[in-house]
Amino acid sequence: MEFIKNFPFITIVLSLFCAVICYAFKDKKARFVSYFLLVLSGALSASVLAYNLFSETGYFAYRMGHYDAPIGNEISAGILEPFFALLFETVMFLSLVGGANRILKDVDKSKHRFFYIMINLTHAALMSLCYTNDIYTAYVFIEICTIASCALLMASKKDRSLVAATRYTIFSLIGSSLVLIGIVLLYSVTGHLLFPQIFEAIQTLWATGEYTAPLTIALGLIISGLAIKSGMFPFHWWMPDTYGTATPSASGILSGVVSKGYIFLLLKMIYRVIGINVYMESGINNILLVCGILGMVAGSVSAIRTNKITFMTAYSSAAQIGYIYMGIGLGTKAALLASLFQIVAHALTKPMLFLSAGGLSDTVGGKQDFDSLRSSAHYNKSAGIAFAAGSLSMVGIPIFAGFIPKMLFAISAFGHGWQTYIVLLALAISTILNVIYFLRTLINIYSPAIVDLERKKITLGTVKAFSVIVLVMAAVNIAVGLHSQPIISLFEKGIEIFMNIR
Amino acid sequence: MNFLINYEEATSMVLFAIGFTMLVFSKNIMKKILGLNIMDTGVYLFLASMGYIESKLTPIVPANGEVNVSDYINPIPAGLVLTGIVVSVSFSALMLALTVRLYKKYRTLNLDEIYEKCSTEDEYE
Repeated sequence: MEFIKNFPFITIVLSLFCAVICYAFKDKKARFVSYFLLVLSGALSASVLAYNLFSETGYFAYRMGHYDAPIGNEISAGILEPFFALLFETVMFLSLVGGANRILKDVDKSKHRFFYIMINLTHAALMSLCYTNDIYTAYVFIEICTIASCALLMASKKDRSLVAATRYTIFSLIGSSLVLIGIVLLYSVTGHLLFPQIFEAIQTLWATGEYTAPLTIALGLIISGLAIKSGMFPFHWWMPDTYGTATPSASGILSGVVSKGYIFLLLKMIYRVIGINVYMESGINNILLVCGILGMVAGSVSAIRTNKITFMTAYSSAAQIGYIYMGIGLGTKAALLASLFQIVAHALTKPMLFLSAGGLSDTVGGKQDFDSLRSSAHYNKSAGIAFAAGSLSMVGIPIFAGFIPKMLFAISAFGHGWQTYIVLLALAISTILNVIYFLRTLINIYSPAIVDLERKKITLGTVKAFSVIVLVMAAVNIAVGLHSQPIISLFEKGIEIFMNIR
Repeated sequence: MNFLINYEEATSMVLFAIGFTMLVFSKNIMKKILGLNIMDTGVYLFLASMGYIESKLTPIVPANGEVNVSDYINPIPAGLVLTGIVVSVSFSALMLALTVRLYKKYRTLNLDEIYEKCSTEDEYE
């Protein structure tokens, strides 16, 4: 069974290898290589998760190369790492299969295989962000992830995608440069690159009061860099263009998975590198809390104001990411649990919303404004059902996955002093705002048409893969909402290991 | 007076600030790419200066195989700089490719003008 410890490394190398061999294949084969990679990697991640669940410590560190820590490089896995790797792979696979038809339409034929190469690279980068135990490796794979994501965005035939890609690239570059200088400062203060060694050095320095200012600056730079890249308020302005112009699969992957990869790395930085005590004492948690809450409200207000379905879904991402940052800002175990569940709920819901929004706009010749989309749910029934399920989940209706994190956030808010009132108020306001824009859209797509347009009926038979996938996503969403306890128990166990074992 | 002793670090921070300002505030996309490179150069100077220890040797094992670790400079920052250079070259290439496509489409390198032209195109309607 010791062989399972090789699986995280194999997953990363396999993705890089598949990216290379995809270049030699034609479009269809490249697509199947990507599917095969995601399924196989998913199986490997599930094995690592099962191994750690039944092993004594629930955690292992894997030496890369010939040298032990602190000289060599390492990857490590507890329970949260393979769980999120598995989640990312599942969501990527569902988004790709569900949006395969639109990829054929939206991406230039000569670029199909490059699209799948970039999918494989994104996958490699995300796996590394999940598993790495080395701060500089994390930086390199942040950059690989950014380059691959930009390329996914640029692949769309729409001219506007170039402008969206430029905006996304610039924001990403600002974020990565802040992370880089933060990492370099941290290295100059601690002299280490591996997480456990940096953690020990920071704890010692913080206890003695040495280098407090450089440490706080480094911490601030790393957190703000990752926050910019994941779209925290006020850095969420790249989101509507980015998610609105990409092909639905790419939008789903970028919003549901890539931004969550950065957030998971941020959690690793806070809990495994910096230490939760240093993070809380530095006061940065309050900034994240305030930005998270403002993001919840500002994202929702922007979503109400827009009149395009993809832009609305994109702005809703900004609001949902605000929830995650609110939990990170509270900084307790209960809030971390709520944030982790929010990552799961959002990763499962948002790709479904983007795919179904794409399916709805297909019925009216690609138009995305609400007036044109009226009655579209009757022309593409599976997209309508999936959009309804996604909307109800985002609003936080019980039985859907989105309800659980909202409940967990409310529970975690108690006992914090002034933060309690702000968090509860923000939850209430945000839920009302969510209701306004999601239910408005839902009513809209099921209401009789008011614009005379040529409409195309999309039946289950014509887009089988799309229909099956969006309905499966809706079913998974409800299943997670109904049976959340096993995931919560797994997270509780995972958080203990995440915070304490190095 | 610390700035005079740590002049390499001070220079690197100045370079980083110049590059970062160019990346954030410049309207011209080519200047943004230049800013990115200047900023990265600042970081590499910072890293390289951290690894250098005066009067120590290059970390190459001599022919006779006798190694005394304290005789050499720290080789890890050099490795990090090399990795970082590869990353920044890749990003510059991506940005330049994007710039070529943007220029072909909009005939300008000014991002404000590009955004303006783009928003007037009624693509979604």
